[in-house]
Amino acid sequence: MSDLIRIKKGLDINLEGKAERNLSETKTSVFYAVKPTDFHGLTPKVIAKPGDEVKAGTPLFYDKYKPNVLFTSPVSGKISAINRGERRKILEFVVEADGKNQSEEFVKSNPNELSREVIKENLLKSGCWPYILQRPFAIIANPNDIPRDIFVTTFNSAPLAPDFDFVVKDDFENFQTGINALRKLTDGKIYLGIKAGQISSLYKTTANAEKVEFSGPHPVGNVGTQINKIKPVNKGEIVWTLNATEVIIIGRLFNKGIYDPTRIVAITGSEVIRPAYHKAISGIQIEKLVENNIKTTDGEIRYISGNVLTGEKVSPKNFLGFYDSQLTIIPEGNEPEFLGWGAPGFGKFSISRTFFSWLNKNKELKINTNLRGGKRPFIVTGEFEKVFPLDILPMQLLKAIHVKDLDLMEELGIYEVAEEDFALCEVINTSKIEIQKLVREGFEFMIKELG
Amino acid sequence: MKGLRKYIEKIKPRFEKGGKYENWHSVFESFETFLFVSGETAPKKGAHIRDAIDSKRLMSVVVIALIPAMLFGMWNSGYQHFLSLGQNVAFFQEFWHGFIKVLPIILVSYIAGLGTEFVFVYIKKKEIEEGFLVSGLLIPLIVPVDIPLWMVAVATILAVIFGKEVFGGTGMNIVNPALLTRAILFFAYPSKMSGDKIWISGLEKGTGIVDGFSGATPLAQAASTTHEQLTQHGFQFFDGFKENAINFYDMFMGWIPGSIGETSTLMILIGAAILLYTGVASWKIMLSGLVGAAVMGIMLNTFATPTNPYMALPFYYHYVMGGFAFGLVFMATDPVSAAQTERGKWIYGFLIGVMAILIRVLNPAYPEGMMLAILLMNVFAPLIDYYVIRGNVSKRLKRVKVK
Repeated sequence: MSDLIRIKKGLDINLEGKAERNLSETKTSVFYAVKPTDFHGLTPKVIAKPGDEVKAGTPLFYDKYKPNVLFTSPVSGKISAINRGERRKILEFVVEADGKNQSEEFVKSNPNELSREVIKENLLKSGCWPYILQRPFAIIANPNDIPRDIFVTTFNSAPLAPDFDFVVKDDFENFQTGINALRKLTDGKIYLGIKAGQISSLYKTTANAEKVEFSGPHPVGNVGTQINKIKPVNKGEIVWTLNATEVIIIGRLFNKGIYDPTRIVAITGSEVIRPAYHKAISGIQIEKLVENNIKTTDGEIRYISGNVLTGEKVSPKNFLGFYDSQLTIIPEGNEPEFLGWGAPGFGKFSISRTFFSWLNKNKELKINTNLRGGKRPFIVTGEFEKVFPLDILPMQLLKAIHVKDLDLMEELGIYEVAEEDFALCEVINTSKIEIQKLVREGFEFMIKELG
Repeated sequence: MKGLRKYIEKIKPRFEKGGKYENWHSVFESFETFLFVSGETAPKKGAHIRDAIDSKRLMSVVVIALIPAMLFGMWNSGYQHFLSLGQNVAFFQEFWHGFIKVLPIILVSYIAGLGTEFVFVYIKKKEIEEGFLVSGLLIPLIVPVDIPLWMVAVATILAVIFGKEVFGGTGMNIVNPALLTRAILFFAYPSKMSGDKIWISGLEKGTGIVDGFSGATPLAQAASTTHEQLTQHGFQFFDGFKENAINFYDMFMGWIPGSIGETSTLMILIGAAILLYTGVASWKIMLSGLVGAAVMGIMLNTFATPTNPYMALPFYYHYVMGGFAFGLVFMATDPVSAAQTERGKWIYGFLIGVMAILIRVLNPAYPEGMMLAILLMNVFAPLIDYYVIRGNVSKRLKRVKVK
């Protein structure tokens, strides 16, 4: 039995390059990496040194401020490098895989019969803990907290996002085990946000969780939207959030006693020859993932680890992000356009009707990365409200963040959001403000001020 | 266009840091981005695709929406002029007369305003913000056709500096800069901004004017209607000649004296349609403004007294007289100076309608109330928003208490 919540505000962007719903060959690479930069507010402390032999689940580094949160190797092999950037900031731990697929051994047991402490310990040691994020601030959960509830979103509504129904199909047993493990971590409930209308959805049979169906446009699949509609986060409360794909990895840990961050990764975007799903281990090198699968063009292309709304630009030599089950490849838009703001704009992407692009609504769009205008202060009002379904005043909250008014941020609901909730606002913003960055700055300011 | 692009690429280094004209970088950039939407791409992290709309596009849509009213205003200026001379001339001649009269005002407004903006671009080292593209065309459309050009220049410069730039530029201003320009003109040079003689070109000079021609606007006529006239004939409007009555339709079409762009409700409606269809202006403000005016108008009708016969004017006449329609469509909807919350927009628009009619009818000093109503609500918009925001906040607080 489940409720249905309809989201009206939002936007589905129909992009070219959707992955075919069948599983292509498994992709492997020689090098895999864990990137401390994937985790907000993390100060990594090195455990493993270059040259060390590691197995899947062997700790590489830990969080300086939460030392029991370990980050572990995704594969077995040898640490080949710890790459650093400016001011010796650690960018990535690179592991050279030996292909033996050995793993450290962890507790293998039915989580229903384990205590909260043992489950926590198992998650922390194996490196699964960082999959659990907390709201407020969308950072890695603090193991010392007991969350009010845990929210799991079982679908991703972002453009070209992988279909989690397809992803979980063969892993449902692991998913259920993962839910059982999480069940022990909260005194509240586990809420599953399920996409409405999918009668075959396996998620509906999940035990140990409250199921809530959602329908509507993106950001309906964002866990932040779902929390806001089910049971919003109030000041002083903490909830934890996960994606279904990561619950599976947790499930594997308890079912098999190993850390196996294998994901089904969707290769998407207009510059991909055959957009498809591949099995790959988290942290795989991008160029191996898309070998012989990139269209040849004159212009430059952009590789995005994640989706076009929230992902990170990576070079082909770089690695898939820790939380990402998607790689998107679209053209760079670094060519200036003569009087571009004045042209009729057939086929240009805009939610306003200031361009003549509403003529072909259902066409799959090929959009490049051009910013399409100069940065300005906030001018237009009411535009965010069209794509922001949360019961929050988006522009007022952003302005409160901008002026660093701590009380006002709190009053306007900063505890309830993550930067991904503002991604569509950033896409449609006339003033080209870097809204997601602004939101993250707001979080960092709050964390610093609140201690 | 490749040649132009090459030329820009060639001279660009001179404006970059260390170049000969590095202080002019922001000015150069303003021109460059006007010609070419830049090749700047989305940042490394965040949204990688962006809506094609930018503030240039936004402003140019508003400018396009203003064009019908502007063209009509040009024709009407000529039409009124030849009417006052008692001459019957061809359409083109009427338009040409108006064109020659109005074009210099447009040019002066743009040159004075953009000139001031560029000074600030140079000082602030920031690319030009496009807000004045709209203000620059709004200003000529809300002044009388015979306004001395130097007054336009002075008022525009003052409005840009004190109405906009001191607050930080486009997006930061409290009141609408174009309306502020009009307010400055109105209070500094009242003899050129009000009365019966200034609305028609050449009327003030008075050479060749037909005997008995009055240039009073319908608004002024309504305001000066006496109780006796009202009881005997009802409201009567004339087009300058006592024997030529004009009706609602004439006012709607716009062949009446008034500020250059404000007279034709039809042309303004075309502009409104463009703004609403493209989603650039808020329909909430426009609709609630109409409702507010109707409510106030009907209320005044109900309490109409012999001492102020103007109160008896049917409310829908207010829609087509004076600057009501123009103000509501093009000024009240300015997103920066209007209320910024969606709920606040309802209140803001409604109060503009109410205040405009209230000032028109009950203020004996001047017949028009739209300018002051919008300026007043511009100032009150943050207060409206404040209460809307508090509403959201207290909802959030209540959630905690319920638990």
